[in-house]
Amino acid sequence: MKISAIITLKKDVLDPQGKVIHQALDGMGFNNVNEVRQGKYFEIDVKENDPKKAKEIVENMCSKLLANLVIENYKIIETQ
Amino acid sequence: MKSSVITFPGSNCDRDMHVALKKFGFNNKMVWHNDVELPKSDLIVLPGGFSYGDYLRCGSMASKSKIMKSVVNFAKSGGLVMGICNGFQILVETGLVPGVLLRNKYLQFICKNVYVKLDNKENTYFKNLDKEILKLHIAHNEGNYFCTKDQLKEIEDNNQIAIYYCNDRGSTEEEFNPNGSIRNIAGIFNKDKNVLGMMPHPERMIDESLSGEDGSLFFKNLINNIK
Repeated sequence: MKISAIITLKKDVLDPQGKVIHQALDGMGFNNVNEVRQGKYFEIDVKENDPKKAKEIVENMCSKLLANLVIENYKIIETQ
Repeated sequence: MKSSVITFPGSNCDRDMHVALKKFGFNNKMVWHNDVELPKSDLIVLPGGFSYGDYLRCGSMASKSKIMKSVVNFAKSGGLVMGICNGFQILVETGLVPGVLLRNKYLQFICKNVYVKLDNKENTYFKNLDKEILKLHIAHNEGNYFCTKDQLKEIEDNNQIAIYYCNDRGSTEEEFNPNGSIRNIAGIFNKDKNVLGMMPHPERMIDESLSGEDGSLFFKNLINNIK
């Protein structure tokens, strides 16, 4: 089944890319933005039909490889 | 003295490192990332470059490659492991040294000579080096050293900061920080000081006619310390 994972930077980590995107948006006329933070999104098709087990597998992947827990948080979403 | 340089797909400073190590008397072997066992070595070097095309996070894929299990074990048993530039990024991803290397503060790839100040000479890498400020080369996009407040306190308490970015007189003001690193940190040790990760490239400063000699001082001193 398909499981998605969203990786975001922790609050106190500087995100220069997000800042530049914010500035670009501002320049385009989107002046109602407080902050932009950029992250990563993964769609993983796991060979497992039990949603609980599939989520656990992806959670393990996140903590071991997909996210660096010093600077990033992850959130798992079941998509199918 | 025996050394090994690990080559990952995308490493590009591995041969420069080989030349430097040989020049100063190391019997160096090149080791492929898919190998499982390390040759008998007094020093392991993770070279600079763009291992695995910097996919996911710089150094993250390389830190999981086959040879790294042996490198981690070697480091944990007290062996000397040095990571330069991408090698430093690989070291932080293995967890051998604390923190991470983020994208440079001003989002630019930086390629220039910088001055770094040694902070701690009570280790095999810098012991007896009679210079405090070295001129070395940096070339990176992700060299912005970051760690949590707790980690910073810990590395400061344990004297784990190896080198700081500074000017030619050793001033470590923010204006001499090229990439936004916390406290101008350019390199750090693990707790036992046998693992060193640093962004500057000493192997690019081993020939006066090409660049400079401060890398030569580093390597000459290192091999004398290991002997």
